[in-house]
Amino acid sequence: MASIDLQPTEYKSPSHQTTISGAEAIVQALIQEGVDIAFGYPGGAIMPVYDALYDYQDRLHHVLARHEQGAVHAAQGYSRASGKVGVCLATSGPGATNLITGIADAHIDSTPLVCITGQVPSHLLGSDAFQETDVIGISIPVTKWNYQVTKAEEIPLAIAKAFYIAHTGRPGPVLIDITKDAQFQQLNFEYKRCTSIRSYREEPVIEMNQIEAAAKAINEAKRPYVLFGHGIILAEAEQEFKAFVEQSNLPAAWTILGLSAMETSHPLNVGMLGMHGNYGPNLLTNECDVLIAVGMRFDDRVTGNLDKYAKQAKVIHLEIDPAEINKNVHAHIPVLGNAKKTLPLITQRLQKKDRNEWLERFAECDQLEHDKVIQEELNPTNEILTMGEVIRILNEKTGGDAIIVTDVGQHQMVACRYAEFKQSKSNITSGGLGTMGFGLPAALGAALGAPDRTVVCVVGDGGLQMTIQELATIYQTQAKVKVLLLNNEFLGMVRQWQQLFFDKRYSSTEMINPNFQLLAKGFRMHTNQVTHRDQLDQALTEFIETDGAYFLEVMVGKENNVFPMVPSGSGVAEIRLD
Amino acid sequence: MEKQEFTITVYTENQVGLLHRITTIFTKRKINLESLTTSESEIVGIHRFTIAVTESEEQVIKVVKQIEKQVEVLKADFYKKKEVVQQELALYKIATETLTNGIEIERIVREHNARFLTIERKFVVIEKAGYKRETKALFDELEPYGIKEFVRSGRIAVARQQFGPGKDIEAVLLANSSSI
Repeated sequence: MASIDLQPTEYKSPSHQTTISGAEAIVQALIQEGVDIAFGYPGGAIMPVYDALYDYQDRLHHVLARHEQGAVHAAQGYSRASGKVGVCLATSGPGATNLITGIADAHIDSTPLVCITGQVPSHLLGSDAFQETDVIGISIPVTKWNYQVTKAEEIPLAIAKAFYIAHTGRPGPVLIDITKDAQFQQLNFEYKRCTSIRSYREEPVIEMNQIEAAAKAINEAKRPYVLFGHGIILAEAEQEFKAFVEQSNLPAAWTILGLSAMETSHPLNVGMLGMHGNYGPNLLTNECDVLIAVGMRFDDRVTGNLDKYAKQAKVIHLEIDPAEINKNVHAHIPVLGNAKKTLPLITQRLQKKDRNEWLERFAECDQLEHDKVIQEELNPTNEILTMGEVIRILNEKTGGDAIIVTDVGQHQMVACRYAEFKQSKSNITSGGLGTMGFGLPAALGAALGAPDRTVVCVVGDGGLQMTIQELATIYQTQAKVKVLLLNNEFLGMVRQWQQLFFDKRYSSTEMINPNFQLLAKGFRMHTNQVTHRDQLDQALTEFIETDGAYFLEVMVGKENNVFPMVPSGSGVAEIRLD
Repeated sequence: MEKQEFTITVYTENQVGLLHRITTIFTKRKINLESLTTSESEIVGIHRFTIAVTESEEQVIKVVKQIEKQVEVLKADFYKKKEVVQQELALYKIATETLTNGIEIERIVREHNARFLTIERKFVVIEKAGYKRETKALFDELEPYGIKEFVRSGRIAVARQQFGPGKDIEAVLLANSSSI
């Protein structure tokens, strides 16, 4: 099929046209989109772009990752911390395929990215040329949009569309593949930002009868319960959300991507949902009468067994993506639209209620969980260090002001459960895809995206070794990343499952690790290791207060488990405290 | 939920890669496409996919929403069997000598409302449009005489409702005439 969509009809005015190369047009387009930092890795098919970048170093800073996966995760971390579109560059073939894990991660977690890959010259397409891969074909299932540019004149419009699509509506990753000959070709460059595409609607039209129905259901509810997700943060609707729950004293629990949208200490913040979430938020899902989901997608890690999920409740689903309505959980009242706009419309129709009795149920559950799990996890009575106590002391040192970036596994669940947050965009983690290796490069990106904030990367010994090479990028950029390695010498989460569900057959989960202290020293980091409780407080003080990057390794219990837990296949009310 | 026959229609921009983007939505859910036909639509410059599947209604609704979400898709709809007028086209190649051995073939062709598309020295091609069961019935009758080659097209269908999906799309295009 021929392309009718990217014809250069925009460039008619000859008065301020300049002729530049396609590669330079790419760089200028990025600058026009407000990009001042890009993450990437050079190679043959993207070399003209890198050559053009050389002339724009003062305006567009390029961060040289040590692997393309590091570059894309860094772009994700940058985006999640800054709220801007993350940009990464890679060459064709292996460069492009190495981006795919991060693109898939950004797709499932709705992170806006623009990825630009070089491609073999257009006359070699399909010839199995050196470093040729069908990256358009490979990336289709994990991108919001992708496009292959084979002529320089297509570049301005392709990039303008890429940014517009990436950050509007439900955000997501976009990939633009650009053949090397298009990078060399000259074009008359004029840039116009894209503001609409005729086949694409940013947001659904708000239906007032659904707003009315939602408000009525909440007003009539005895036990309403709110679940909030990433949508609040993506819509920058934190204030609107707070006003909404406060108006009618609605208890609100978060998904791990929604974490930090509402401060941890808020009395209506009742905790974490999901497999390793808090006791009350899971249990009471099956006791509420109206369940209000805001900007979340009922992931199976949140719902457990759908046949036993909130069957008694009337479900209100506030969502920007129509495809999420009724995907996993039937919505009795779908409220389509951008939460920043729909929430205030509902709030102004809500009656003030105190709901003390209902809120007391959450407090009771909280107390039970505290007595059975939290107390011992945060203040252990035996000598083995727990991940929870490390996070408890970390909270004291950061005052809840830090950005916490986590990898995937036990440490991730513990950090999400216990880390405290005062401001939004502060919890950065790989939620939907569960990508080990995400943490370290994402923390680097976050540190560059929010340079005034403390960034702590909480990581396990498994995930760290998947992208450990990015310690070199941290050194080269002088990003002030604080790496907190919780080392249990196991792939802890898998080991926990083996213990609970596979008869303690620890198949390939024990890690005979390198000397991380020497390794980190090799990457020229400040390093320290904690093996005993009495070292912990001082070590964490130094960790946070030292100016610059720091690598702190804490040896925690090898066979500690994360509880509570909703076992796979069970309903949320079957949550186990031990 | 019980599986049944559905026809999905998708109106799109004419864009490289869109076919792949739409089919991956099915493959991700391990849904078999019975047929897929792309063509122009009644709107200038707008392409149309006509997809035949046998699936549960619940699954079809989800798939159609995922298709409609794609940037270059203008509209996606689904129809039950009774909600469309549908046809398939079949071609049957048989040896010309089969014809010269009697009048049986001519009778069969006539009775099935089929026609001879071409008669060559070595072979003839018979053409039949209709429902799958009709083209199948002709196949079954011709089979004893030896079918040298057979092909059936994908399902094409138009909605029974007075205005097809195109009417909504024209309104969208009119409203967004300034966008790209």
